[in-house]
Amino acid sequence: MNVISITIITLASLGVAAAIILYFVAQKFKVFEDPRIDEVEEVLPAANCGGCGFPGCRAFAEALVKADDISDLNCPVGGADTMSKAASILGKKVQAAAPTVAVLKCNGTCESRPRLNHYDGAESCSIAASLYGGETGCSYGCLGMGECVDACQFNAMYMDKETGLPVIKEENCVSCGACVAACPKKIIEIRKQGPKNRRIYVACANKDKGGVAKKACSSACIACSKCMKACPFGAIIVHQNVAQINPETCRYCRKCTPECPTGAILEANFPPKKEKKELVKDKAE
Amino acid sequence: MLKTFSLGGVHPEENKFSAGQKIETLEIPEQVSVLVAQHIGGPAEVAVDKGDQVKVGQIIATAAGFVSTNIHSPVSGTVLKIDTIIDASGYRKKAIIIKTEGDEWEANIDRSETLVKEITATPQEIIRKITNAGIVGLGGATFPSHVKLSVPPGKKCEVLILNGVECEPYLTSDHQLMMEKGEEILVGTKILMKALNVDKAIIGIENNKKDAIEKMSELSKSYDGISIQPLKVQYPQGGEKQLIDACIGKQVPSGKLPIEVGAVVQNTGTVFAVYEAVQKNKPLFERVVTVTGKSVKKPSNFKARIGTPISQLIDAAGGLPEDTGKIIGGGPMMGKALTTTDIPVTKGSSGILIMPEEIAKRKPSQNCIRCAKCVSVCPMGLSPYLLMTVSEKSVWDRAEEEKIMDCIECGSCSFTCPSSRPLLDYIRLGKGTVGQIIRNRTNK
Repeated sequence: MNVISITIITLASLGVAAAIILYFVAQKFKVFEDPRIDEVEEVLPAANCGGCGFPGCRAFAEALVKADDISDLNCPVGGADTMSKAASILGKKVQAAAPTVAVLKCNGTCESRPRLNHYDGAESCSIAASLYGGETGCSYGCLGMGECVDACQFNAMYMDKETGLPVIKEENCVSCGACVAACPKKIIEIRKQGPKNRRIYVACANKDKGGVAKKACSSACIACSKCMKACPFGAIIVHQNVAQINPETCRYCRKCTPECPTGAILEANFPPKKEKKELVKDKAE
Repeated sequence: MLKTFSLGGVHPEENKFSAGQKIETLEIPEQVSVLVAQHIGGPAEVAVDKGDQVKVGQIIATAAGFVSTNIHSPVSGTVLKIDTIIDASGYRKKAIIIKTEGDEWEANIDRSETLVKEITATPQEIIRKITNAGIVGLGGATFPSHVKLSVPPGKKCEVLILNGVECEPYLTSDHQLMMEKGEEILVGTKILMKALNVDKAIIGIENNKKDAIEKMSELSKSYDGISIQPLKVQYPQGGEKQLIDACIGKQVPSGKLPIEVGAVVQNTGTVFAVYEAVQKNKPLFERVVTVTGKSVKKPSNFKARIGTPISQLIDAAGGLPEDTGKIIGGGPMMGKALTTTDIPVTKGSSGILIMPEEIAKRKPSQNCIRCAKCVSVCPMGLSPYLLMTVSEKSVWDRAEEEKIMDCIECGSCSFTCPSSRPLLDYIRLGKGTVGQIIRNRTNK
């Protein structure tokens, strides 16, 4: 009996003593963490993709809380919705960034870009790129081994067997930029989604002179500058033998597309163009 | 027991089909494409314009900086254009295209075959002549020779080591050069010894070239301080660090240059070029190229002008065999598969190897079975299996810790792997990335 009570008393007093020590230690070494970090993290998508430029959502939340001006911070996954929620928690102002999406600046399908040699090294785009220009005559285009697809965490990409090129599923793409970083040829671009999700861009990155590019790929940009001359808004420039359409100044008039002799300018999500005759008929009706 | 290096190494089938074939001078091509980046370091700056008349041996591109070299016209004729062409790297690079007209050489080049033994040039003159002649390491690494000969202050060169190893299977260009131009190589060695102020030189030759060992030993008797070192046949003995280890038994510390242990290494082909530059005023615009392969009709050693399309060399060796799977620039271990036969000969082209389809095809990669063969053959004492994994998973800090930068890319690991894993492919990728990270860090 005595033994039992001694045991209980000893253990209880040990417990009390430890609790008191722990209390003071906790007071002494207390780390203050802004409770808003947790709140902000709660509204973030928890994708931890790194698309914002920070290592994971927690780090981004910390950055949001810490920064005075959060207008240059953006979560591409959550978009304007998430950012405004986070801003309202913090009582800060946020500018809604235009939604973006990844686009592939290469349209060198198996048909337009014949294979000149066969690569049998390790199945990796970056290794192939470190060894040589690729299986086709174009040393700037897609190598087709899908390192971008492997990098995508959002199931927004797949390899099209017929064209040999990766396809971006717009509805899944959060424009985190993982594919951009993975591509050794740097031919994936994060581009403004555009009004009604409409986009118009040059799907080529070949910096060779026109003749060389054309020989390598029938859908290459040959830097003829026809599109540049056709553009009424000065949104197109030809830099290093490739035309570029500036999404900020482009007004989506589509005057450049029919001018391109190789079809290197791609349009996305536009309604089919009406023929002029039809237009007249429409009016008559 | 013959000497060799202390760590790792493999012994692939030698297949020296072109051994003993006399060096044939190849016909001057109708048109040459001279690349401006034929060496390690900055590409040379073009010094001619379209339409210019050039002579053989005239400078057509000048060195851009210390680690760079001059490039000389290999033919006489008119500059057609300055354009980009696909080179051995598989990418388009800038080149000077010259149409051949006649064969008129610069007046100061001595075209006679007579041996000039007496060395009148001072050490400074020797180095200046080598710099002007655009000489690079002809073993394949193409490192500008004058940089190697400029010993940094505070360091002392004690021994000059000549690389007559030619450890790559198939290749025989250095072997044949030693057989035909042995005396010139020895005079070249004397020139380098004078430039470096050393009294000892060792020529390392592998034991599969017994005739060359015999001949060079005989000739070297009348040259003070030059000795011939027969070596056991082991790949990659031609690697600078391996050769130093084999010849003088000293190990170059990680990340350091051979001068750290008092050695300077030069290839025998380079030494012959030095002889020609110093004694004959002849810049580097031609070299010996081996064209070989199992199905090649006439495996040969050609003396070809820089800029000659390799298709011409292949034709001269009996044409492209029907069963060709790969054309490799260099040897089978370290060479690179070429994408077209329009690629021109460069200063670094030691050989063109034509591999039949069945041998050239890589076997599918299987799982690592942890046999550690790659570790035991690595001449640098690395763990290739681990380096491959960390490169594959992009763990760059670990790759740096595991000394990925020490890899000499000899390919012994990939050669020996029973699972045919692409070890070197990934290690090379990792080496490139880690090298970039280190450069960014030091530039900051």
